[in-house]
Amino acid sequence: METLAFQGLVGLSLAMYLWLLAAGLTIVFGVLGVLNFAHGSLFMLGAYFAFTFYGLWGVNFWLSIILSLLTVAVVGYLMERLFLRYIYHLDHAYQLLLTFGFILIFDDAVKMVWGGVAKIPAMPSFFEGTVSFWQRPFPIYNLFIIGAGILVALVLWLLFEKTWWGRIVRASASDREMASAIGVNIPILFTGVFVFGAMLGALGGALGTPVRVVAPGIGAAMIIQAFIITVIGGLGNLKGAFVGAIIVGVVSAYGILLFPVFELFLIFVIMAVVLMVKPQGLFGG
Amino acid sequence: MKKNLALLVLIIFLFLLPILVGKYLLYMTIHILLLSLFALGFNLLFGYTGLLSFGQAGFYAVGAYACAKVLLVVPSLLAGIFGGLVVAGVAALVLGILCIRHTRIYFSMLTLSFGMMIFSLAWKWRDMTGGDDGLVGIPRAPLEIPGLLKLNMTPMENYYYVVLIFSLLAIYLFHRLVNSPLGLTLRGIRDSETRAACVGISVVNYRLLSFTIAGVYAGLAGALLPPLENTVTPPVAHWSHSAEPVLATLLGGIYSFSGPIVGAFLFYIIKDIIVRFTEYWLICLGVIVLILVLGFRGGVVSIWERKGGQG
Repeated sequence: METLAFQGLVGLSLAMYLWLLAAGLTIVFGVLGVLNFAHGSLFMLGAYFAFTFYGLWGVNFWLSIILSLLTVAVVGYLMERLFLRYIYHLDHAYQLLLTFGFILIFDDAVKMVWGGVAKIPAMPSFFEGTVSFWQRPFPIYNLFIIGAGILVALVLWLLFEKTWWGRIVRASASDREMASAIGVNIPILFTGVFVFGAMLGALGGALGTPVRVVAPGIGAAMIIQAFIITVIGGLGNLKGAFVGAIIVGVVSAYGILLFPVFELFLIFVIMAVVLMVKPQGLFGG
Repeated sequence: MKKNLALLVLIIFLFLLPILVGKYLLYMTIHILLLSLFALGFNLLFGYTGLLSFGQAGFYAVGAYACAKVLLVVPSLLAGIFGGLVVAGVAALVLGILCIRHTRIYFSMLTLSFGMMIFSLAWKWRDMTGGDDGLVGIPRAPLEIPGLLKLNMTPMENYYYVVLIFSLLAIYLFHRLVNSPLGLTLRGIRDSETRAACVGISVVNYRLLSFTIAGVYAGLAGALLPPLENTVTPPVAHWSHSAEPVLATLLGGIYSFSGPIVGAFLFYIIKDIIVRFTEYWLICLGVIVLILVLGFRGGVVSIWERKGGQG
């Protein structure tokens, strides 16, 4: 019984990590209507930049996360202004293909800059150690990730529901033309939302660096996780992505414990069943 | 007429290839043929029916694993290839019933999830698939028709001819298929689902047929792989392998018959040339993808045809 409870906590920390990954993806889809295949690669870039600032150059941990976000923001800005902007009117297929091109580019680019070998950054000293739950050690860092995930969820909720900016974004998401007619500058808004989504992805990557291996190819691996979560919660649905992340995190944690052979299989089954039964996601309208 | 002549020359060239080139180029040509078949099937779904699948590697893997399983028990090449093809076709039919319920992005996500289910089985179901080691020691069994002939497949040249003949047959059949009323019907559904439904076409059944045929072509390509490599490993089922026919088709051209074949050729040529200069060939491929999507969505074949039209 205690094992199960403890594994739930493990699942929750995994879930919050995945939530940070998926949030940006679903926001961008909700507003721009583009499913960004390269979102996982932005996540990877966030991890690499954070690793460089913190692990290689010895910049303060928090500052290196902020710097990493800003760098990825620039990358996202260029992606949107130079490329994505020209394909909004095309079929979804082309948006998937274009952003897929970026996966190839970013994957090789990080190999060129940082080499093909995986990097294992050091843990900041204030995150070392564990706390005890049910007589089992639980890393302080995982607690921090849980807290960060919940904090980001709260901030996003406040931002979208309670601010003027959030209302504009929601209005544009539900009716682009109408928002444009009442004076919303859609191109600038799209750039802003894409950059914001990219920074959220980078935040996930950057926060993960102390415990996760930073390696080329993690972008391609993470994007599938992000797809699963956003599909379960409903593409473009932020609340859905939060719940989707919890479902995937908890199922993974128990799956590894109870039936390790079919854990991965089961998660794709959940994704497929949601798509077949309720394609708009568990929380889609 | 001129086109037919060029085609004839190409086919003769392909048959003479083992005399002209060494083992490496022959090996590469086999891979180009496999990717051609894989991409043709994919493009029946994408270019002709308007459905972007990201799970075709799943059916490729089913074909490959089924062929390998057969060959490990019965050392007969034809049994292996047809075994792989049939099992992949059945898998595509069954999963197709589930997948074609949706179109557009939901279809892409659904095919992705089924493809990855097959990957996770290949990866983890050790008793059946050998897990991450894959299946090894698959014989390149002789081509045997009892009482009629028995051809030794050990030399690469012999196996090349088998792959070539299977590919040419499959490409010919595909040509017949897309130029038949069926091909027109599929394009009609792609252009307007409502209009197709209004003239009494069962959209769902035709999509399922298209999905199944695409799966059979992926399965055929997959089934031809284990005798060549003597091994099958889980990465053939991974979604990044599903991206290969997507890229090949995009390179060659979506809305032309020969697009996927030309694209498969270009895919390997580009890789082979760039790899001589730098190991970072994917970054070049990525840049090409960006240029194609932004400027040349008809692929190389359409650029060629446009030029021909002006001249």
